[in-house]
Amino acid sequence: MENSSEIQNQQSLKATSGVRISKWTKTKNRLKRDKWLYVLLLPGVILTIIFKYFPMYGAIIAFKDYNPMLGITASPWVGLQHFKDFIFSPNFSMLLTNTLKISIYGLLLGFLPPIILAISLNQIISKKIRQKLQLILYAPNFISVVIIVGMLFLFLSANGPINSLITKITGHPILFMSNPGYFRSIYILSGIWQGIGWSSILYTATLAGVNSDLYEAANLDGANILQRIWHIDLPALRPIMVINFILSAGNIMNVGYEKAFLMQTSMNIPTSEIISTYVYKIGLQSGDYAYSAAVGLFNMVINVVLLVIVNGITKKLNDGEGL
Amino acid sequence: MDMQTYTKFDKRIMRVNRIIIAFLVLITIIPLIYVVIASFMDPATLINKGISFNPRDWTTQGYRRVFADSSILRGFMNSLFYSFTFSFLTVLVTMLTAYPLSKKDLVGRNVITMFFVITMFVGGGLIPTYLIIKDLGMLDTPWALIVPGAVNVWNIILARTYFNGLPKELSEAATIDGANDLQILFKIMLPLAKPIMFVLFLYAFVGQWNAYFDAMIYLKNPDLQPLQLVLRNILIQNQPSQDMIGANTAMAEMKQIAELIKYSTIVISSLPLIVMYPFFQKYFDKGILVGSIKG
Repeated sequence: MENSSEIQNQQSLKATSGVRISKWTKTKNRLKRDKWLYVLLLPGVILTIIFKYFPMYGAIIAFKDYNPMLGITASPWVGLQHFKDFIFSPNFSMLLTNTLKISIYGLLLGFLPPIILAISLNQIISKKIRQKLQLILYAPNFISVVIIVGMLFLFLSANGPINSLITKITGHPILFMSNPGYFRSIYILSGIWQGIGWSSILYTATLAGVNSDLYEAANLDGANILQRIWHIDLPALRPIMVINFILSAGNIMNVGYEKAFLMQTSMNIPTSEIISTYVYKIGLQSGDYAYSAAVGLFNMVINVVLLVIVNGITKKLNDGEGL
Repeated sequence: MDMQTYTKFDKRIMRVNRIIIAFLVLITIIPLIYVVIASFMDPATLINKGISFNPRDWTTQGYRRVFADSSILRGFMNSLFYSFTFSFLTVLVTMLTAYPLSKKDLVGRNVITMFFVITMFVGGGLIPTYLIIKDLGMLDTPWALIVPGAVNVWNIILARTYFNGLPKELSEAATIDGANDLQILFKIMLPLAKPIMFVLFLYAFVGQWNAYFDAMIYLKNPDLQPLQLVLRNILIQNQPSQDMIGANTAMAEMKQIAELIKYSTIVISSLPLIVMYPFFQKYFDKGILVGSIKG
C-alpha cells in the first residue's frame, strides 16, 4: 500500500534535518506501519507450518526405522534402506507401470476432447442454446467420485444394463470390474465422461474472447469453417493448451487415487494398484509407516523432476514460454 | 459471428457438428436418466429385465427402504456441518492471508508468498500428515476434516489477484482518515470482495461435500461419517444396513433389494446439488475464469 502521509513525512524529515534515512530505518517504519498486516497473515502461516511443513519434516521417517514409542526424531536412521526395499521389491515394476500407464494414457486420450468440445460449441450460433448445452455438459463434474464409481459398478455388473445388451448379442456377460484388462479403459473413459464439459470451460471462454473482426476478415477472404478453426481458433487456444499440458504432464505421478481406490476389486489389482493406493494400504492399513512414507516420497520426487523436465522441454519448443 | 455468410460446405460441417454435440449431450444425460428410472423400479423387474416403462413395474420401495435407516440422513447432516464449517474457515483464512499479500510494498512479501507456493508442489505425503493429525489428537474428531485443508494456496492467489483489481484510492482515503489495516480489510475490502468470497465458498463446499478419502482415514466412528462414506458402504462395499434390507428376507430377494437401494441412494444423495446447480453454475464458471487470469 502506498502510504502517502508516511512518504511525505519522510520527505519533510529529509528536507529539514538533512539526515539521510537509512534503509534499515525505512524498513523498520514499514514493519511498524504494517503490523496489522502481519497479524492477519498469522493464522494462514501457522496452519501451513503445522499441516504442511511439519509433515515435510516428518517425511524423514522414510529414512528411519520408525518406532512409535520413540517418535520420529529419536528413531534410528536406516538411510536409503526403505527405498532400496521398494525398488527391489517384486511389486515395484507393476506399481510404476500401472501408475505411468494410467496417467499417460489418460493425458493422451483426455487432452483433446475438451478442446474439440469447446470448438464445437463455439460453432453453435445461438447463445441461449449454447448456455443450455453447457449447463448439461458441466453437470457430471459435480457428481461425487463415490457416486461415479457406484454407477460404474451398477452399469457394468453382470446383470447391469450394459451386460444385458452384451448378453443379448454374445450370449455371455463381460465381467468388466473384475477383469484387469478393462480397468484402465473404464477409469479413463469415465473420467472423460465426467470431466469433458468442465475442462472445456477455459477453452470456451478463450474462444468467446476472439475478436470477431478476425472471423469477418477470414470470411471475406473466402475461408471456410474448417480453415477459420485452423487459422484463428487453434492459435488463440494455443497458450492455454500449453499450460494445461505442462500442468497435466507434471502431475503424471499424481493419479487420482480416490477414484482408483474405489474402483479396485480383488480381481483387478494387477492393473489397478498404483503407487498412491499402495502407500495407503501399506501405511495406514498394515501400519508400516516408514516404508510407505518412503514410497510416497519416491513418488513425489519423481513428480517434481517430471514437472521441471516437461516445463523445460515446453519452454524450448514454445519459444521460451513455459509456466 | 452472425455477420458471416455460410457456404454449402460450411452448412454441412455445422450439421455434422450439431450431430456430434447432440450425441455428447445424450451420452451425458442417458446414464443419469437411467439411474432415476431404475430407482423407481420393482426390485425383481430391475434385476431380471432392467428398467421398464410400464407404470405397473414402478414402485417407491427403494426410497422407503433407504429412509427406513437413519444412516443416510445422519451422513447428510454430518456432511452439511463439515462442509459449512470447512468452507467458512477456508474462506476466512484465504481472505486474511490474501489481503496482506496483495500489498506490493509489504516487507517480506515475496518470501511469504514462496512459503505458501512451495506447499503446492512439495509436501510430506500421506503418512507424515496422518501422523501429525494423530499426534494433535484430531483423529475421530470433526477437526480432522475442517482444519488441515483450510489453507488453500490456489484460493489465496485468486483472492490476492482480486484485491489487486480493487481501486487503491479507497484504502488510501481510509488510511488518511486514520483507519488501520484491520478496519480497512473488514469494513471496506471484504464487502467489496463478496463475489469472490461467494465463489470460493461454493468451491470449498462442493469439494468437501463430495470428498470421502480424508474422512475414511481420520474418522472411524460411524456416527461421525459424512454422507460420502455412508454412500461408499452402500454402493461400493455392498453393505446396506439391515434396516434397509429388512429382516427375514430371502437371499435372492436381498440381492435384488440391495441393487434397487443403490439406485435410490444415488438419486437421494445427488438431489440437493443437482437442484441447486443451475442457480450456481454461473458462479462456478466465474471461479474458473478468475483463476485463469492469475497474477
